[in-house]
Amino acid sequence: MTDGMIERLRYDVVILGAGGAGLRAAIEAARPGVKVAVLSKSLLGKAHTVMAEGGMAVSFGNLDPQDCWQTHFYDTMRGGKFLNHYRMAEIFAKEAPDRVVELEQWGAVFDRTPEGRISQRAFGAHSFRRLAHVGDRTGLELIRTLQYKGIHSGMDIYQEVTATHLFQDGAGRPTGVFAYHRQSGTFCVFEAKAVVIATGGWGRMYKVTSNSWESTGEGAALAMRAGAEMKDMEMVQFHPTGMVWPPGARGLLVTEGVRGEGGILLNSEGERFMLRYDPEKKDLSSRDVVARSIYKEVQAGRGSPHGGAFLDITHRGADFIKRKLPNMYDQYLSLADIDITKQPFEVAPTIHYTMGGISVDPETGATSLEGLFAAGESACGLHGANRLGGNSLTDLLVFGRRVGIGACDYAASRQEWTAPSASQVAEAEAAALAPLDRAEGENPYQLHKDLQELMGEHAAIARNRELAEAGLAKLEALKLRSKRLASPGSRMYNPGWHAVFEVEAMVLLAEAILQGALWREESRGAHWRLDFPDADDQGFGQANSICRLDGDEVKLSTRPVPQMPAELAALFSSGQLPVRQGTDQGGHS
Amino acid sequence: MAEMRTLHVFRGDQSGGEEVAYEVPVESGMVVLDAVHQIQATQAPDLAVRWNCKAARCGSCSAEVNGHPRLMCKTRLDAIEGEIHVRPMKAFPVIRDLVTDVSWNYEKAKQIEPFAPKEPAPFTMYQRDVERSQQFRKCIECFLCQDVCHVLREHSAKEQYFGPRFMIKIAELEMHPMDGADRVPFTSHQAGVGMCNITKCCQEVCPEHIHLTDDAIIPLKERVADREWDPIRALFRKPAVR
Repeated sequence: MTDGMIERLRYDVVILGAGGAGLRAAIEAARPGVKVAVLSKSLLGKAHTVMAEGGMAVSFGNLDPQDCWQTHFYDTMRGGKFLNHYRMAEIFAKEAPDRVVELEQWGAVFDRTPEGRISQRAFGAHSFRRLAHVGDRTGLELIRTLQYKGIHSGMDIYQEVTATHLFQDGAGRPTGVFAYHRQSGTFCVFEAKAVVIATGGWGRMYKVTSNSWESTGEGAALAMRAGAEMKDMEMVQFHPTGMVWPPGARGLLVTEGVRGEGGILLNSEGERFMLRYDPEKKDLSSRDVVARSIYKEVQAGRGSPHGGAFLDITHRGADFIKRKLPNMYDQYLSLADIDITKQPFEVAPTIHYTMGGISVDPETGATSLEGLFAAGESACGLHGANRLGGNSLTDLLVFGRRVGIGACDYAASRQEWTAPSASQVAEAEAAALAPLDRAEGENPYQLHKDLQELMGEHAAIARNRELAEAGLAKLEALKLRSKRLASPGSRMYNPGWHAVFEVEAMVLLAEAILQGALWREESRGAHWRLDFPDADDQGFGQANSICRLDGDEVKLSTRPVPQMPAELAALFSSGQLPVRQGTDQGGHS
Repeated sequence: MAEMRTLHVFRGDQSGGEEVAYEVPVESGMVVLDAVHQIQATQAPDLAVRWNCKAARCGSCSAEVNGHPRLMCKTRLDAIEGEIHVRPMKAFPVIRDLVTDVSWNYEKAKQIEPFAPKEPAPFTMYQRDVERSQQFRKCIECFLCQDVCHVLREHSAKEQYFGPRFMIKIAELEMHPMDGADRVPFTSHQAGVGMCNITKCCQEVCPEHIHLTDDAIIPLKERVADREWDPIRALFRKPAVR
């Protein structure tokens, strides 16, 4: 076969994805004597992580000294409507401060308090000012810091290389990946003892999304096809504030920082409607609540001209806005001709984050498949039914590090190498080449568009049984079409060819989302069922959905949500917010 | 019927190529990248273009629109009068269509000594002291400054000068209040700051409005001059091997 022509490289740990989770994992895994490869489908430093704006949540208490890990844990579990894996939330809240300080040690330059400490801003459903930030470009700061740390940490980074297949041995353990260099179109086999999926979410299966090109879920689909369990796939977050107009900018993120810095939401009658929906947290309620409230206002005929709400921060003054939210100011001025320092601007909910994903062990990031690991947005467990703003960047750091350790330790425990066989490689090669060889076939761009329309109609902000069932029925046709995608042209930097792998992945993950949306007969966090408008705490609220691929079918089962030990459960039973006691140092705002 | 515009897009590779005209229906507020995507989806699925965020955050969609180095996601069609020509960045070798080989930048990045903290974090640093460093850290690595720099673009002096992107990278580290390394000799010799003749083209094209020349390159030149050309210091200096 042509296998002789295909380059084979051997690494202890192969990490798919070079966003925050992938890079943080690689830095940890690249111990002396351990060979680590990072495969990035984009150029280095361009991953979706750069789009994170508001900050990273961490309970330093630099401004509010009462803040502590218990409060952060409490907010995260409450925000996630207790569908979270408590142990992930616990590890997360406890380790976040060390991870953010470590980032400063590696060169990140956060905004400062007057006392010279890391400044922290308020954000939705966080009890205290908690988000370490750099203006409204915190994600850029994170990825740039990890990128420049990474290139000096002894790892090999492969840019514009996409993995299309995960090889497994007889026991199902990963033995490597089949990948191609996008620039040349040539193939490469990366043999590995451990594989880490850190490829982010799949928000681009929706039309109105804040997600970048990356977020098409190929990594998660690789895991699912290999037999890994997916959890809570129905949980897809709408960010309440995306741009509405112009059409090309629809869905672009408007950071929660606008509300964190004092912005308020108004309906077409000028009413501050969040006072009605959540009198306590108001405009800074959790994302699911704010998104639903905007949706309800629009449904009631009180929406803005393009079907959203108005966001107003003019009262903070031009200087403040330009200093604290420079990108937002620039984005509206250059794309929509609107000066946000002078007038309110339109916003509407936009698909932002996938809480569901590959089910992982909280300690190590191990998936249900031995030797396969996952972290970041592609993994599931920390955020439950709704992610709090600012928790994702810290997630990347905490669990990126843990998965790096987990994968590295696992690789060390595997003595022998199992190389993918020549026939396995030939099969993967034939599958990758098929779309180029098909003379007549489906246009991947068109199928992507059709999938976006289906998901926007059948698995969006407001769901019910009929919608989910009809969506699954319609998806059958798309699944068939996805088997004969064609991409004319050469192998060299051919975006149409790449789009085939993206669309195949998204069609697979869409089925899991729709199945979860149909199964969960309650409303919880991001999942809002019009036919079951209330939470069912004793029933569905006690279960995580699990999706697995069985042949060509996605099979849904359930598993009880892990129960907290008594000392953690006690944090919720007193009826009071757990706070740090007896501290009066620092904390001047 | 929607208004139509014609985009002349470069199609080709290392061996050559030419501009191909595509008709695109215009929506209000449309940017060049929207138009390129429209062409991809309906007329030329293999049209090669880099993009990630479409929100001017990632710096992937750099190209030359009517000869000007621009982010395609930030260039509105209604701001361009007459014909629209879209070509790849000129300072880097073309791979295919609008995609260029920017790997040289990543090689240079690796040669710069990384952040070397003087003490363990958390640091006490004040806002006024970190602002200069923060300005340079806004860089989205679109490499438009590298594209427009005469030294790299017209004179292909990539062996002698790292270009404006890496001048601000060096400046960002040198001006970090907690950094303990000394990159001044490196800036002068390997990175070649002396090659810049301060035409300030780089700061004109920067989509992040970073003052590359004024706030980074000129101060770096001053540090080099202080170190290497100060006549009093020169008296005490041993002859250096360059």
